[in-house]
Amino acid sequence: MNGARVFVVGGVLSYRALFGWMQPVVYVPTMLGGPLFQILFFAYIGRASGVESDAFFVVGNAIQVTAMAGVFGVAMTVGGERWTQTLSLVLVSPANRFALFLGRALPLIVNGAILSAFGFVVGIAFLDFELAPSVLPALAACVLVTTASCTAFGFIIGSIGLYAREIFVAANLAYIGLLLFCGVNVPLDELPAWMRAISEVLPLTHGVQAARLVADGGTLGSVDGLIVHEAAIGVGYALAAYFLFRAFEAAGRRNATFDNY
Amino acid sequence: MRTLRLLWIGWLFHMKMLTRSAFNFVLGIIYPLFFASAAFFMFRAGDDPKPLLYASLGAAVMGIWGATSTAAGAAMARERWTGTLELLVAAPVNFGLVLLPVTIAMATIGIYSMASTLAWGWLVFGIPIHIGDPLAFFLAVPATVVSIGALGFLMAVAFVRFRQAWALGNMLEYPVWLISGFLVPLTLFPDWVRPISWALAPTWGVSAIREAALGGAPYADIGAALALGVAYTVAGVLLVNRALRAARAKATLSLS
Repeated sequence: MNGARVFVVGGVLSYRALFGWMQPVVYVPTMLGGPLFQILFFAYIGRASGVESDAFFVVGNAIQVTAMAGVFGVAMTVGGERWTQTLSLVLVSPANRFALFLGRALPLIVNGAILSAFGFVVGIAFLDFELAPSVLPALAACVLVTTASCTAFGFIIGSIGLYAREIFVAANLAYIGLLLFCGVNVPLDELPAWMRAISEVLPLTHGVQAARLVADGGTLGSVDGLIVHEAAIGVGYALAAYFLFRAFEAAGRRNATFDNY
Repeated sequence: MRTLRLLWIGWLFHMKMLTRSAFNFVLGIIYPLFFASAAFFMFRAGDDPKPLLYASLGAAVMGIWGATSTAAGAAMARERWTGTLELLVAAPVNFGLVLLPVTIAMATIGIYSMASTLAWGWLVFGIPIHIGDPLAFFLAVPATVVSIGALGFLMAVAFVRFRQAWALGNMLEYPVWLISGFLVPLTLFPDWVRPISWALAPTWGVSAIREAALGGAPYADIGAALALGVAYTVAGVLLVNRALRAARAKATLSLS
């Protein structure tokens, strides 16, 4: 019961604290303005280079922007504790770490899904992209699974934030790395073999592929393998992040580095 | 002479500060390479491989704006956080002339990114580094840097009332990359976008660098970039004077 309380109350407070910092004047330019211009930027490069259609870039980037909530949101909620000098207070509490962890992830997944929906609206409004209403439930499933796996990946970055100071640098590199490696803007078969191999173990790759097939009229059943693969990668990152979190927590206690900022 | 010395010392001092962190310095080079690589892969996969050189030059200049936009947006806020804003405003020189070399130094750092992007394109993607008119090229690069720095200065001043100005600067990174013709020809945009592009110095800067590299006629573009840089500077100085008068009257310099 206490774990459930930590999950719900901790998650809600953490999310409110995130938006205490992230007021509309920050949310609109970064979380909405960023995806808007990212989608237009790559779609127009696609037009200039003659690679793929607008739909390819709209779907790829609308799914990829979920990483903005996952990666940067987690960097702020976990790594940012150091900045606000509350890290020691959180870690000295006897709260169940897994509940603490999940409670912080859930609102970010919802936020990621909202960003993705906004991305699709941008595509419909400004580019040559249409979406049949019948594909929306399956597309929503792709978005939710991909957002969850990106958030799990973000927790790896957030965990590093328990120990390292340059958490936003790591978050930036992770975000841009996903943009390059996961077939978001560059078709996977155009990437070198070593990049394709890395993309296989990154979140997003399979979620983006599934979303493209669904947006093109495919059913959820036709992409279930991709969705399961994406979910499995997310679970893998979540477990790795949890153990990293505990390891960095132990290292932080041992070396008294929680308040270094 | 005193003004030139102020600009020179301000630029030099901030260049030293910006290159102090080896980690951030390296990141400033690596980060644009991700974007450049995505662009190179996309253009390489396209129907016509000729635009690769076009993309290489555009991606190289993207780093200059990337180094400027977010950092310039936060330039005033940074002085506020470090508690030096009041001291700088109280100094017996125009505050605009203190801030201008800061944003030009930010743009200058982008030259490292520009060089590394060209080298990356050559080494990894086999895009030749060809400079048709070296003299024009070496005039076009500083003209572009100064004009982009001046645009950053205008942005820093325009956002003075926003505590979270970095977010606005961050948001403007993509749009300027997009509509200044770094990677996408202006002819692909709707007609209403073009006047906005013409009002942006990076449009003329990247065109000048391209024309110089490809052996075209870059001097008119260099002139346009510099003229816009001067216009941004004058507008910025007028704006900053007005903002400071209001801040002094309301005693909100450190709070606005």
